[in-house]
Amino acid sequence: MAEPWEEENEGKVKKFMFINRKAPYGTIYALESLEVVLITAAFDQDVSLVFTDDGVFQIKKGQTTAGIGMKNFSPTYRALEGYDIEKLYVDKESLDARGLTAEDLIVDVEVMSRAQLADLMNEQDVVMSF
Amino acid sequence: MPIEVNGKSFETDEEGYLANLNDWVPEVATVMAKLENQPLTDAHWEVINFLREYYEEYQIAPAVRVLTKAIGKKLGPDKGNSKYLYELFPYGPGKQACKYAGLPKPTGCV
Amino acid sequence: MAMLHTVNKSPFERVSLDSCISMAKKGSSVLLIEDGVYGALKGTKVADKVSKAMDGITFYVLGPDLAARGMTEERIISGIKVVDYAGFVDLTTKHENFQAWL
Repeated sequence: MAEPWEEENEGKVKKFMFINRKAPYGTIYALESLEVVLITAAFDQDVSLVFTDDGVFQIKKGQTTAGIGMKNFSPTYRALEGYDIEKLYVDKESLDARGLTAEDLIVDVEVMSRAQLADLMNEQDVVMSF
Repeated sequence: MPIEVNGKSFETDEEGYLANLNDWVPEVATVMAKLENQPLTDAHWEVINFLREYYEEYQIAPAVRVLTKAIGKKLGPDKGNSKYLYELFPYGPGKQACKYAGLPKPTGCV
Repeated sequence: MAMLHTVNKSPFERVSLDSCISMAKKGSSVLLIEDGVYGALKGTKVADKVSKAMDGITFYVLGPDLAARGMTEERIISGIKVVDYAGFVDLTTKHENFQAWL
């Protein structure tokens, strides 16, 4: 019998895309998405994250939640790199509409046009929407 | 079931994880380890303290694979491997060490 | 009679702020809370509409909800007042009636 550290994952790698469209805290979507992303990463899948519409607010720098009595989960986006999740894409049009730039974000991302994002979306095996 | 530490009672969930992260003091780990007949050496404490720092920075308990890699980065490859960590924490470095460190169960750990 | 309106939805996702602005009368107050605080930001696609509405309506934004979302006062449209929870309570007592644009 294989020891736990010798376990091998022979499953097929699929392309998963998570599309984040909601602001944090007002609804539970952002946090739920993050949990599913972390679980998916544990299965060594090809994961990419898209932040569009109000989803761009999820990765705004400087979130301080003590005043609203909720957990600030924004630092967890910085842990994604350690989970080998390095494909983070942000919709430029959504940033512009909200007066934000890539400088406002707590993680390194690739800012893309909607046309580029549409192409990427089309290449996925599984698309999950939050 | 709550655990007794220094005459104080701390709330835990049904799997023995500390209910409130901020309740943690080192004696929590000592008591939890004793309940599982698990000796705690400096090598164990190194991992427990590493997990506390990881949580402080990222607000999650890391998956085992991520923990292993992160420990390798910080403490060297002789410690950043599954064999070393499983020998220290035979119930699984994710589950057991996180529990002693007062962290929640790692996400994706069943 | 001065009315207090609250908006708790993002103006980029819902029409709550639009409806509120079009129905709030001169002399009334609008308090932006929860995801509604995004309506107080400068340089957004809704900022012009809010600025125009400020001619006649007083706008407030809830500080703890702004801070949670990583927004500081310098990003807020000038003239919008930041209030804390005590300020929220004051506003409710100083107005005769109240409408929440959910």
